[in-house]
This record gives sequence, C-alpha cells and structure tokens, in this order.
Amino acid sequence: MEYFIIFLPLLGSILSGFFGSKIGHRNSEILTSSFVSVSSILSLVIFYSVITSGYENNLHLATWVNSGSLNVNWSIKIDALSSVMLVVVTFISSLVHIYSIGYMSHDPHKPRFMAYLSLFTFAMLTLVTSDNFLQLFFGWEGVGVCSYFLIGFWFKKDTANAAAIKAFIVNRVGDFGLALGIFLIFYLCGSINYNEVFNSIPKLDQNNINFLGFDLNPISLICILLFIGAMGKSAQFFLHTWLPDAMEGPTPVSALIHAATMVTAGVFLVVRCSPIFEFSPLALSIVTIVGMTTALFAASVAMVQNDIKKIIAYSTCSQLGYMFFAAGVGAYNVAMFHLFTHAFFKALLFLGAGSVIHAFKDEQDISLMGGARKKLPYTYILMIVGTLALTGFPLLSGFYSKDAIIEFAFLSGTSLGYFASTIGIFTAFLTSIYSWRLVFKTFHGTFNNKNISLNELHESPLVMLIPLFILSLGAIFSGIAFKDLLIGTESSVQFWKSSIYFIEPLSSDHPPLWFLLLTPTLVTLSIPISFYMFVKNKQVPEYLASSNEPLYTFLKNKWYFDELYDFLLVRPSKKIGHYFWKKVDGSIIDKFGPDGISNIIKKISFKAVKFQSGFIYQYAFIMLLGFSIILTILIIN
Amino acid sequence: MNFPILSSLILLPIVGALFIFFINSDKNNKSTKYVSLFISLANLLLSLYLWLVFNKDTSNFQFVENREWLGIINYKVGIDGISILFVILTTFITPLCILSVNSTIKYRLKEFLISILVMESLMIGVFCSLDLVIFYLFFEGGLIPMFLIIGIWGGERRVYSAFKFFLYTLLGSVLMLVAIITIYWVTGTTDVVELYSIGIPKELQNILWLAFFSSFAVKTPMWPVHTWLPDAHVEAPTAGSVLLAAILLKMAGYGFIRFSLGLFPIASEYFIPFVYTLSIVAIIYTSLVALMQEDMKKLIAYSSVAHMGFVTLGIFTMTQQGIEGSIFQMISHGLVSAALFLCVGVVYERKHTRLIKDYGGLVSEMPKYAIVFMVFTLGAVGLPGTTGFIGEFLILMGTFKKSFIAAILASIGVILSAAYMLWLYRRVVFGRLNNANLKGILDLNKSETLILWILAVPTVFFGFYPEPLFGTIETSVSEFLIQYNVNINLYVTEK
Repeated sequence: MEYFIIFLPLLGSILSGFFGSKIGHRNSEILTSSFVSVSSILSLVIFYSVITSGYENNLHLATWVNSGSLNVNWSIKIDALSSVMLVVVTFISSLVHIYSIGYMSHDPHKPRFMAYLSLFTFAMLTLVTSDNFLQLFFGWEGVGVCSYFLIGFWFKKDTANAAAIKAFIVNRVGDFGLALGIFLIFYLCGSINYNEVFNSIPKLDQNNINFLGFDLNPISLICILLFIGAMGKSAQFFLHTWLPDAMEGPTPVSALIHAATMVTAGVFLVVRCSPIFEFSPLALSIVTIVGMTTALFAASVAMVQNDIKKIIAYSTCSQLGYMFFAAGVGAYNVAMFHLFTHAFFKALLFLGAGSVIHAFKDEQDISLMGGARKKLPYTYILMIVGTLALTGFPLLSGFYSKDAIIEFAFLSGTSLGYFASTIGIFTAFLTSIYSWRLVFKTFHGTFNNKNISLNELHESPLVMLIPLFILSLGAIFSGIAFKDLLIGTESSVQFWKSSIYFIEPLSSDHPPLWFLLLTPTLVTLSIPISFYMFVKNKQVPEYLASSNEPLYTFLKNKWYFDELYDFLLVRPSKKIGHYFWKKVDGSIIDKFGPDGISNIIKKISFKAVKFQSGFIYQYAFIMLLGFSIILTILIIN
Repeated sequence: MNFPILSSLILLPIVGALFIFFINSDKNNKSTKYVSLFISLANLLLSLYLWLVFNKDTSNFQFVENREWLGIINYKVGIDGISILFVILTTFITPLCILSVNSTIKYRLKEFLISILVMESLMIGVFCSLDLVIFYLFFEGGLIPMFLIIGIWGGERRVYSAFKFFLYTLLGSVLMLVAIITIYWVTGTTDVVELYSIGIPKELQNILWLAFFSSFAVKTPMWPVHTWLPDAHVEAPTAGSVLLAAILLKMAGYGFIRFSLGLFPIASEYFIPFVYTLSIVAIIYTSLVALMQEDMKKLIAYSSVAHMGFVTLGIFTMTQQGIEGSIFQMISHGLVSAALFLCVGVVYERKHTRLIKDYGGLVSEMPKYAIVFMVFTLGAVGLPGTTGFIGEFLILMGTFKKSFIAAILASIGVILSAAYMLWLYRRVVFGRLNNANLKGILDLNKSETLILWILAVPTVFFGFYPEPLFGTIETSVSEFLIQYNVNINLYVTEK
C-alpha cells in the first residue's frame, strides 16, 4: 500500500509528462488526478490504522549510497508524524489537481502542468517518508526544483522566470545549511539514518567544538544548521524573499506548494528532529525568535500589499512563523496541528483567490476589484470561511491551532515564552485586519475595474468549486475533530509515540481565563473595525498611510529586503565575477603566463637572431674575446 | 597468459585508425564514419565485457600484462577498481563523439576521425598503464591529437588556442618527466606496483610531488593554470570539446589518486592545505567568472574548472567518501559536461553563434531540446537524483571531516552553480522568442536525440542507483586508503 501511495503520483507524472500528447490532454488530467486521489485515499487508510492500531512500518526499497561507513537506503518510513504529512500532502494535492483541470483549461501545456504537480507530490512524499537525512535532502531539493518548474511555468513571462530562479537559489542557500548540518551529523554520529542518529545524540560528547572561531555546543550547532535549511524552505525571516515572488506561478501551484505542503517542510524537519532539538535550549530559543519575528514581520507587510496573492503569501509566511515558535517552545505537536489546519484554510484561500483572479481575467490587484460578492456568491462565502478559519474565529480550525500555540508559549513559563505569546496575540490581531481588508476590498464596496465590467464576471465552474467546498469543510471541522487526537493531553502517548520526542511532558495546565478570551475577542472585534476602515470610511487607512509616510513606504517595500540583497550580494557577485574574468584571468594570469612567456621567448630569440649576423669578423671577434677570457681565468688561477 | 584484453582495448582503435587511413575517403565520407563508429562500438562492447568479468572483491591489479620493452622499461598494463570506470567512460564517450560528427567538420573528415580514434587509444592507455614511463607516453601522447583537433578543425582563433593548450600542458609535463627519471635513478624501477611496495624516500617526496603536481594541475585544470581551458573549448569543434571535457580532464584526477597519493603519501599529506586552497579558489572564483560569461561554451568551460575543483578537493580528503565521491564526480562530469557541450553544439550548428544574447525562447521551437538540456542543467547543478549530486555530496562530506571551513566555502560553490546554470538556461531556452533569426529553428534530429538520451539515461539512473559504480570501486579505494595510512604511519615511526 505504501508503494502505491508514493509511486502512483510518479507514474502519473511520467505518463502525463512524456506521453501527454499521445494520450490526450483530457486523459492526462484525469489520469494524474485519479492517481493522486487514489494515493490520498490510501493515505487516509494508513492514517486511520495509525490512529486505531498504532501502525508503524519502515520499508527499504533499495540501496542508494553505500560508501565506506555511509550507508543509505531508499526507504518508506510510516509513523504518526509521516502519516499526518501523508494525509495533508496527498489530500490537498488531489484537490489541487482537480481544481487545475478547470483553472488551466485554456492553457496549451496542460499535460506538462499536471506532470509537474504529480512529480512535486512524489518528491514531497519521499521527503516525508524518508528514514534518513539523505533521502530527506533528495525530497527537499526535489520539491525545490518542482517549485522552480511550476513558478516558471509560464516561461514566456520574464518575471516568472526571474522568480523561479530566485526561489531556487534562495532555497539553495537554505539547503547549504541543511547539507552542512547533515555533514556534521555524519561527522559526530557516524550515520545519517534517523534511528541511529537519534539514539546517539543523547550520548554525544558535549564538549564544545570550534566552528569558524566560535565555540559551540555540537548539538546546538547541528540544530542551527538544520534550522537554516528549514528557514529557506519555509520562507522565514532573511530567507523569505522568494515566497512573495513565487506568486508569479499559476494559482493552484501557490495553493499546493507555497501554502499547504512544500513550505511546511521546514516545520516538518524541526519536528522530525525533535530528538535533536530537545537537547539544545539555545537552538530552540533561536527557532522561537526567528518564528515570532517572521510572524510579525510578514503580517506587517501584508497589511499594505495590494496584490491578492502576495497578501496571502505573506500571510503564509506569518503562519509558518507561528508553527516555528510553537516548535521553539517545545510544543511540536501543536506546530504539527497548526500545519494540519493551516493546509486546509490556506489552500482554500489561495484557490478562492484563484477563482477571483480567474473571474477578473488575471487581475490580481485588490484595489482594482470590489463589489464582486453578488457575481461570485460561492467564492465569496468560501473565502469568508477561509478567512474566519485563518483569523482564528471561535470554533473554526484556526481557532484551535493558533490559540493553542499562543497558550503553549504562555505556559512554557520562560520570559521568551511570555514575549512570544504577546507577539502572537498582536500578530493574530494584524492577521485578522489584513485578511478582512482583502475580503472587503475584493467583494464589498464599489466596483473599481475599468478593463472589465461587473456583468462580465462569472462564477467559476463546478470542477473548481467542489475542491473549494471540500477544503472549506476541512477549514471548519479539522480543528474541532482532530484537536484531542493531535494536541490533547494524552496525545503524545497515544498518537505521536516515538515520532516526536519530549524530554519533559508538555504542561497540561490551563492559562487564566482572561488570557483564553483575549485572542478570540480581538479577532472578533477586528471584523467591524476592518469593515469600517475598508468599506465605510476609506479615509481612515489613507489618513494612516499619509500620516505615517515613512513607515508606510517601508512596509510597502517589504522592509527593503530585495534591495538590500541586491546591493549586498547580487551586484557584488557579478562585479567580482567580471573582475576575475577580465582582470585576473585576462590581464594577470594570461599576461604573465602563456602570453607573457611566449612574448619573452619571442624577444629573446629576436635578439639571438642578431648574433647570427653572417659577418666573419664579428664571429672572429667573439671567438677571440672568449678565448682571451678563458685564458685570463686560467692564468689567474 | 590469457587473452590480452587491455592491450586489445588500447590497440583496437589505432588499428581501426590505420584501416581508415587506407580507405579512399574522397567519395566515401559516410563509410569512414561508419567504420570508425563500428570500431569504437566494438571497443565499448569489449570494455563492458571487461567490466563483467572484473573481480570486484579484490584490490589487486587485474588483467595485468607485462612485456619486456626497451630493456629497462616494461610495457605493463593492468586495472583495478579505481581505473576501470575511466576506461569504460572513454569507450562510452568515443562512439557518441563519432556519432555527433556531422556537417560542422567541413574538411578532412577522415583525418578527424583518425584523431579521435588515436585519442581513444591513448586515453585508455593512460588509465591502464602500470609503469611510469608508459603512463607518461600515453599521457603526453594525448596532447597531439587534441592539439590537431583544435588547431585544424577549430574556430577562428584556433591557432592561438591550440598553442596555448600545448604550451601550458607541455610545460607541466616536462617537470613530470624529470621526476620520473629521478625516481628511476633512486629506486631503479618505474613499475608502479613495485614502487608502491618500495616507497619513495621521504626527503625526495615533496619535490617529486610538486613535479607531478605541476603536470596534473595544468591538466585538471586547477586555478591559476586554468586559462587554457576556456580558450581551447571555445575554439575546439564540438566533438573535440566533448573529448576534452569528458575524458582528457579526468587523466589528471586519476593521476592524483594513482600517483600523487599512491607514491608520495607524506608529501600529499604535507600539501593538503595548498591543494585545498587552490581547489576552493577554483570553485568560487570560476563559478563567479562563469556567472558573467557571454559565450555559452566558455560558461560551461568555466563550470568544468569549478567541478574539477571539487574533484581535487575530494581526492585530498584521503577519506573513503571523498575519494569515491571524486571518482563519481569525474564520471558524472564526464557525462554531463559532454552532454552540455553537445547541447551547445546543436544550436551552434544551426545558427553559428555561441553568444547567449543571440538566443532566448528556444523552448517554443525546440521542446525536445529544452527537455534534455534541462536534464543536464540539473545534473550540473547537482540536483539529487542525478549523478552530480552524489559526487558533490560525498566530496563535501569527506571534506567536512578534514576541515569545516573548506567544506563551507566549497558549499558556496554549490549555490553559485545553481545560479549560473539556471541563468544560462533561462536566457537561452526560456523567455520569448525575440530574435527573428531563430524562427523555425529545427528541433533535435534523430541522431542528436539518440546521443543526448544515451547520456541522459546513465546520468539519472546512477543518480538513483549508483550501487553498480560504488560496488566496482569500493574495495580498491578502501584498500588503497588502508595502504596509504600504513605508509604514513611507517614514515612517521621511522622518524
């Protein structure tokens, strides 16, 4: 069964990618979608057996790399953690496949698109079911390259190509950290298979090792390096710049890769490595700090963006930040729970946004929308559901997971925990404002678009709406249905078992009542506030923007990260490259190397030629001279 | 003695070349091509048979032939796990090279094919020789056909490039010759196997090591003696570039393992920081230079220097992962760079320009080309699932054991390789078809498709399942390292 889950998407991808033109567009769509759907049903079966009977399995398919003491297999590891990921990945993926049939209906390269989606699914599945770090790395870069293909899917668009490359390279920076982390693990533990590594970590020599002049605890160092990888993939602060640009890709891609699955790989990594992170308080603090910074930063930027997809992208960034700080305070299961619920409502929001963009004929600027709710009633309702879930409106999924994160941060009892929970509450408020801003500016108010009239707007076809509807069920019920299973007080013993490691069991206390009520109140209050600001009295945001001009431009330009990196990294690299090429290679090495030597030889031989003048008296003179010198020397001696 | 399989491998192409030499070529250009293709395929089959009967469980040299020759020097050949893969790489790439020869070679096709076949003989000879003098003859002999290929069938600045190539490589080799003579004086033999057991006196090792190094460093090429490579590649015809990148560069990497490490362990240990520095400079420096290239072939040439920087880095880690990774990386680079040069050749043949800015949007007209080019781009980037990844990853893993800082700096090269390769691909293949000249450019024809896919399949297959290759080299490399460490300890205790 495990084989089918993993290899059906690959098979679909190969069939659709290589034989798409032979079997027909429609057939390749049906084929890939149904393969992934079967895979998702099987994943549910596995998930069910994990819940009911604690099913675990570790299959070895073949040897991969076998070099000296390094032995790595292709493997499928099923435990509680990977079964949750399996469900999330295959379930969202199958819905996105189906949705794409409608969304991409006018595209001439449908089979290729479906092939990429399926290939991505395969890579993601190898990532989550790996039993070693190398296969993890395979999946890690595999999803990266699929993301590269899909962002740049519309290859004629220059911006899309640029975004695709940027995504790949920024991710590579993260991968660089991850790879170094893996090297260090191999260096210290002598293996990169999870079981052996996790067993040897507690016994590891705790003596500091010198790393680039810093004395660091080896375990902390491993964690920090691994976390750099996670930051790249999950678009955390400093390495987040690729994610908003990645919105150049088709919207289903954004939903699948840049919201529900790939970007959560970083969170998965940290949770998977909980047996390592648990031994490093330092690394956990770093994870918390980076997580909460990202959560706040991304939310602040999302407040002022006008591109509908970029707002949701920043929101994703921010929510990933939440997951990290949950992991950072040791509540790995809560991080996973938020990952789980987030997949539903964020995919829902993205696909809903796709439906809006589809209706507006590829317009993405929300200031050029408005009043669309009458023409797009279903999309409107579904988007409202997604927004409520995201903002954490009581009883919807986000309420359970996000509030749990804030509570656990509060309960961790450290000053960092208190601080994180404060930031968490404030960010929840911001989240709510920008999310409602999006909804109100798109669906309420007056119609602002000049290129297309209101009457031309039409609701998306059923093939797109049905996946949205299914996702909305997830967005509503996934919280209440799974909260006891995933984050209940007994969850670590009953469900997660050995897949998540806690040194100290999570606190089962409850925070004070006022604290519990604070977030939901803020979230609920923000709805009328945003309604007033963005529909009733539009002067308010304009006044706020103009009175805080510097702050506004700072946020609008996304804290100037792109410009900073361009200035610090991109341009110097190009300049140095050019300098090395022209000056060092051309003017120094060649000039003094081959060209120089051949010139010298030329000159010397040119001079040597002069000796051979052909005049007897010159030769005779030289002979005489030489003869007399030799004679003189002999006499002196 | 059994059937002399190695000598047959070495001699078959030369005999074939002689045969072609006597064919009347004026009318039958096609037939010369088929004959040489047939010969090289026969050689490939022979080498695959060799792989089949090769005993993977021993590190001893196999299929050894030892004939008296020139009194003091013996013709001694043999292979072990370290060399066999290079032999197969050579016999694998040569038929593809011959197959790729087409209308770009406008004159003297017969002589061109002869050069390629002679080259094949010499290269196989390099990887099989077990005698320093024999090795030297093959090693330097390889210069001549390459020199001719660049100088006769090259582009506009072919003479400059050919001489630059010759000058550089010869200067290095002269020192190696002196070193070989010195070794003979001191030990009385040039037999590699004997030398392994005798050992080279400690006080001589450093100087001899440097002499060998000067030759290998030029051929690798290592920074800063790499500037001949871009010029040679740019001017060489496609088949020449392929041979140069895929096989010629590997001679030096092989030489480092077999001779520098094998004969001079103390010196190798002593010069580790030196080699690391040069390798890392090569990786970062040439990656940055590659980023700025305007000529596709030059870009790939510079990337070759960077990739070979990983190889030298890996070899001098003296770890199992590092050396196996280096061998793997060389095989991988042989496949990927060969294919990349062929990819450039495909469009060059159609539009007669190599400048990146003259292209763009090829995917609309050449979808098949776009796919294979992407496969090899990803191979060069070192994506997991291609051979490039396994090589680089193992090398870095080995390096990490020796030096954190070296591994970190080299890893930056991995980031840069993604930048320059993907940027190249984007500018050539993606985007809009703006250049009106490119309208109607033909997609891959049958033989091009065949060649490129033949290269693509092992690139991906061994990326997922490298066990056949590792299985072949493992015993030899681990024994080699054990011997290496024994030698080091021996010298230390003597002191």
